[in-house]
Amino acid sequence: MESTLDIFVKAIFSENMIFAYFLGMCSYLAVSKTVKTAVGLGAAVIFVLVVTVPVNYLLENYMLKEGALAWLDPSLADLDLSFLAFIMFIAVVASIVQLVEMLVEKFAPALYGALGIFLPLIAVNCSILGGALFMQDRQYSTILDATAFSLGSGIGWFIAIVAIAAIREKIRYSHVPAPLRGLGITFIITGLMGIAFMSFSGIKYGKEVKEDKVAVVVTGMNTNTVNK
Amino acid sequence: MSETAKTKAPMEPLFSKKNRKLVTDPLTDNNPVTIQVLGICSALAITVQVEQGVVMGAAVLFVLVLGNLIISLMRNLIPSRIRIIVQLVVVAALVIIVNQVLMAFLPDVSEKLSVFVGLIITNCIIMGRFEAFAMANKPWPSVMDGLGNALGYAGLLILVAVFRELFGSGSLYGFPIFGSPIPTPDSPLGTGLYAMGYMNNNMMILPPMALVIVGVIIWVQRSRNKDLVESH
Repeated sequence: MESTLDIFVKAIFSENMIFAYFLGMCSYLAVSKTVKTAVGLGAAVIFVLVVTVPVNYLLENYMLKEGALAWLDPSLADLDLSFLAFIMFIAVVASIVQLVEMLVEKFAPALYGALGIFLPLIAVNCSILGGALFMQDRQYSTILDATAFSLGSGIGWFIAIVAIAAIREKIRYSHVPAPLRGLGITFIITGLMGIAFMSFSGIKYGKEVKEDKVAVVVTGMNTNTVNK
Repeated sequence: MSETAKTKAPMEPLFSKKNRKLVTDPLTDNNPVTIQVLGICSALAITVQVEQGVVMGAAVLFVLVLGNLIISLMRNLIPSRIRIIVQLVVVAALVIIVNQVLMAFLPDVSEKLSVFVGLIITNCIIMGRFEAFAMANKPWPSVMDGLGNALGYAGLLILVAVFRELFGSGSLYGFPIFGSPIPTPDSPLGTGLYAMGYMNNNMMILPPMALVIVGVIIWVQRSRNKDLVESH
């Protein structure tokens, strides 16, 4: 059984939105030319993910899932509306993005100045809808888990876009073969970063009794004695 | 008869040079994935096997051609402030159809594609073509544009999938190419190339290699056509 913390860490590292699932690649490639804009877009993605995934979680569990409408009336218990999930999720994402844009503009003009141009882009960012669909696919048991997952995915996406933007700023000064410049080298660097991130898949999640530990200690002692 | 034909604007033939260009351009020098940088989001994760690539390509073809047609027919009715939501609703409706068909007729492929069918909705290629073409053009050219871009997308998907499946699993579309790696009593290493010590490159199955392969395809394409080279 995974704890909430496991879900959070897993979403950042070993199941990173960019490096493991390629979600949100379009804006990742388009808006990663400078670190400053990358930070803006990354922050906006975290924000929107944390708002939309819990809303979609409630929608999924109290409206769309098979038997989810039973709280309304017992006769609706065998109703399965899950085929409507796509249209509901995207409608929620698009309208929340619009709402967030208006609220931020009204109450935090400074933040709006920083995020403003990115917010409309986010409605069609795959990682937002992807977050909702993974949440549906993985059947998180509580809304807290779903929120932890969305926060983790957002932070993972943020780390990825800021890292690639920093690398792209520096790579301008190196001699990349002409046909590979720009898009080509960005793809290959992202691939290499993905390989680096795969090393996080060795993290052990969940509460398992570590039996190996004793064996390691014993072998360690053996090598010590042999060395002496 | 001839007089009425004169007064009317000359009707463009359905497959005029301009319309053909709409289909052929995205296949090479204006490829949606490698040049326009659209639709990478859901493309790369499903190129482990050719079969998934073909199914995904067909799904995008259906959605893009019909979506372009619908948006193009409605282009004068959509208020520009809410056009994104209208476009999303059209795409979502089409993707629901695709998903239901896949679940009914190809359940195992549908299982493997999992969330990536739903992600066709936010596939940038679809919104990108709606915005850039269908909102400003007549229905028939929009259909051709959708066809061309979807084929360019599917072509790239299948190309990447061929490399990954051939070198990663030693098969194409599920058929073994290099023999079988399963040991038999006669040859402990398997049959075919495997008997000579060949091994599959498991790296190819991992997600990052899809990016590297696309990077190399971009490299080859741009070194053949110098006009496409970016300054930085």
